[in-house]
Amino acid sequence: MATAESHIYAPATHTTKKRSVVWDWMTTVDHKKIGILYGVTALFFFIVGGIEAMLIRIQLAKPDNAFLSPDVYNQLFTMHGTTMIFLVAMPISVALFNYIVPLQIGARDVAFPRLNALSYWVFLFGAIFMNFSFVLGAAPNGGWFGYAPLTSSQYGPGLNIDFWVLGLQALGAASIMGGVNFITTIIQLRAPGLRLMRLPLFTWMTLFTSFLIVTALPVFAVALFLVTFDRFWGTNFFVMQAGGDPMVWQHLFWMFGHPEVYILILPAFGIISEIIPTFSRKPLFGYAVMVYSGALIALISWGVWAHHMFASGMGPIADAFFTISTMIIAIPTGVKIFNWIATMWGGSIRFTTAMLYAVGMLITFTIGGVSGVMHATSPHDLQQTDTYFVVAHFHYVIVGGTILAVFAGLYFWFPKLTGRLMNERLGKLQFWIYFIGFNLTFMPQHWIGLLGMPRRIYTYSADLNLEALNMLSTAGVPIQGLGVILLAGNIIWSLKRGAIAGDNPWNAATLEWATTSPPADHNFNQIPTVHSREPLWVEAAQVRATTLGPIEPHMHMPPNSYWPIFTAVGIVATFILFMTNIWWMPLLGLAWTVIGTINWAYEPT
Amino acid sequence: MATAAIEQHHPAHPPTATGLDTWKVGFWVFMGSETLFFGSLISVYMVYKGTSVVGPFPSDVFDIPLTSISTFVLLMSSLAVVLALEFLRAGRRSLALFWTMVIIVLGATFLGFQAYEFTHFYHEGLTLGTNLFGSSFFVLTGFHGAHVTIGVIWLLMLWVDMFRGRLRPENSLRFEIAGLYWHFVDIVWIVIFTLIYLME
Repeated sequence: MATAESHIYAPATHTTKKRSVVWDWMTTVDHKKIGILYGVTALFFFIVGGIEAMLIRIQLAKPDNAFLSPDVYNQLFTMHGTTMIFLVAMPISVALFNYIVPLQIGARDVAFPRLNALSYWVFLFGAIFMNFSFVLGAAPNGGWFGYAPLTSSQYGPGLNIDFWVLGLQALGAASIMGGVNFITTIIQLRAPGLRLMRLPLFTWMTLFTSFLIVTALPVFAVALFLVTFDRFWGTNFFVMQAGGDPMVWQHLFWMFGHPEVYILILPAFGIISEIIPTFSRKPLFGYAVMVYSGALIALISWGVWAHHMFASGMGPIADAFFTISTMIIAIPTGVKIFNWIATMWGGSIRFTTAMLYAVGMLITFTIGGVSGVMHATSPHDLQQTDTYFVVAHFHYVIVGGTILAVFAGLYFWFPKLTGRLMNERLGKLQFWIYFIGFNLTFMPQHWIGLLGMPRRIYTYSADLNLEALNMLSTAGVPIQGLGVILLAGNIIWSLKRGAIAGDNPWNAATLEWATTSPPADHNFNQIPTVHSREPLWVEAAQVRATTLGPIEPHMHMPPNSYWPIFTAVGIVATFILFMTNIWWMPLLGLAWTVIGTINWAYEPT
Repeated sequence: MATAAIEQHHPAHPPTATGLDTWKVGFWVFMGSETLFFGSLISVYMVYKGTSVVGPFPSDVFDIPLTSISTFVLLMSSLAVVLALEFLRAGRRSLALFWTMVIIVLGATFLGFQAYEFTHFYHEGLTLGTNLFGSSFFVLTGFHGAHVTIGVIWLLMLWVDMFRGRLRPENSLRFEIAGLYWHFVDIVWIVIFTLIYLME
């Protein structure tokens, strides 16, 4: 078999010349390997961000605590938010897009495999660069929202904010490249017969998320450029004395920032839309409505940004508009929740760990959604802005929504990635520990916030009488930590000793389960033709006869390439070299990028 | 920009789901992203319009007749793109080479005008840090100029390929995508010229 394959992909012979494993991963363009790279990197930063959160909660466990200095506290809450959003929640979704979407649509790879590798390397180098700031004791300290003029040279001297704007610029560029790639992949590379309205929901949500990425991230890029030029080249965009307006930053930031919220949650919706039908043994209830409500959420998410700015005094017309638009977006979201419940209704439900996580996510996400509608109401929001109530809200939607769904997806797709099932008994224990720890941490923060404790402040006075609730919240953190350790343990144990999974251990319906676990480099021996939304429930025999049948001759797979990682070094170096404060230094990085790009363009694929 | 890959129309490549070319679809998506990028920069300029605390103000430095000429030069280059692509597809290599060189020369001329304009403004006392007009004007037009520069380099590479016979009617899509980019950058300039120079 191995010899036969090396004849099939002629280009692969370059790489089979006993290159080292590390070199193979550095030059890979295989969407599955890049997906694993994204996933492992994101899980690593999940632990980093978790440690930051732990330190924050230790500081807040009791009033007037001196465990952290105010300056360190600022750095920690800034990096906790930035890390969890840009280095955990986004890339872990991208990891699943990478691994799963080409398989779900019956493709051999993404549309632009080398661009995919470039996205990953730019993301990784940008992430390392931003976290390197800790080594210099100068981590970003202006909050993940970076409100002007906190980020100006006047109020934010030192390297802290430089790391933030330049690192995020690199991460944003990586996301845009990924977004372009996934839109093109889903539009272009679907298997024959896989019409749009037969696409699995996870692929649909990847498509909508990618549209939000390519439209929202360039707005953020502009906002970051303005700050960068203010800091390095003396422009006045956010210099108040010259007439600069902090509201410009807020509008640009939240015009990116609110679509960003849906960039984080739509993939989660996609994941549980795969898991709930599989473990209820029923097709998804209201498929078309699920697609349309996803589209509506993506569309409306562009018209709600200023609900983050009610306290900035925009006036009654704007407040009313954004109150209404924000409440409207709850409607398609509610439709989705009812459709998931209706999918379970009357189904023969199997409570595997993946299903437990999916159902747990439905509950916690709904709690977060309800508190979201509460502060959509602008008068109500004025009471809640900048309090722990908001912190509780967005942790219920991001951890209780995105992260729980991603854990569900991990248990669900792990056998496809590795060929082995995760340990279910440990998985269920791990679910309950994490779920209880999560709720114990964040539920009390609703009361802490409503009783008036502000966020982003390093300590609070004993007079507020918030000690017990804060201690309760902090007590949840080690329980969550134990949950994460057990998850990591389960992954490591299952990699070696998990039960052999087979092609389709859950008897799921979509194409990723129609090939071996893990899939071969070329994914499917032949590309199947699809006639339904649930190919492995409706037409399994015909589909398997192609996907697992004789290998298609003359198959072309893209060879490995080192130009993506080479070019990524140039792109990130361009941003890093700004910090030298010598105007021509970034041009060196740019020249490196140009060399990489030209060689890339003329490399045979 | 890895346009060479388009050459590789491998026979084993399955037909795409839409029948469209994958590079073209990807590039349109990228231009959608670029639209938001320039849209944001232009919005920042418009929001800050008339809020500069000190001069020079736009009316002190803008030379509308001069910029009209450079705008005309850039618009004409889009016509050259259309002609070059037609001749390339028709297999008339020397004419394709000629019109591609015309685009490059016109693009470079536009950049020359911009360099002159920037130096002129500098001597009038307008820099990045003078006022909000200077900041938002130079950053917006500077990003546009950078896009034109990339386009000129890209077309130079294609010209060399055409000259060496590596760019032929069969793979003219490589040129078409560069042309799409050029038209896009041109359209952005039309918006900039109208909103920033012509509107009071």
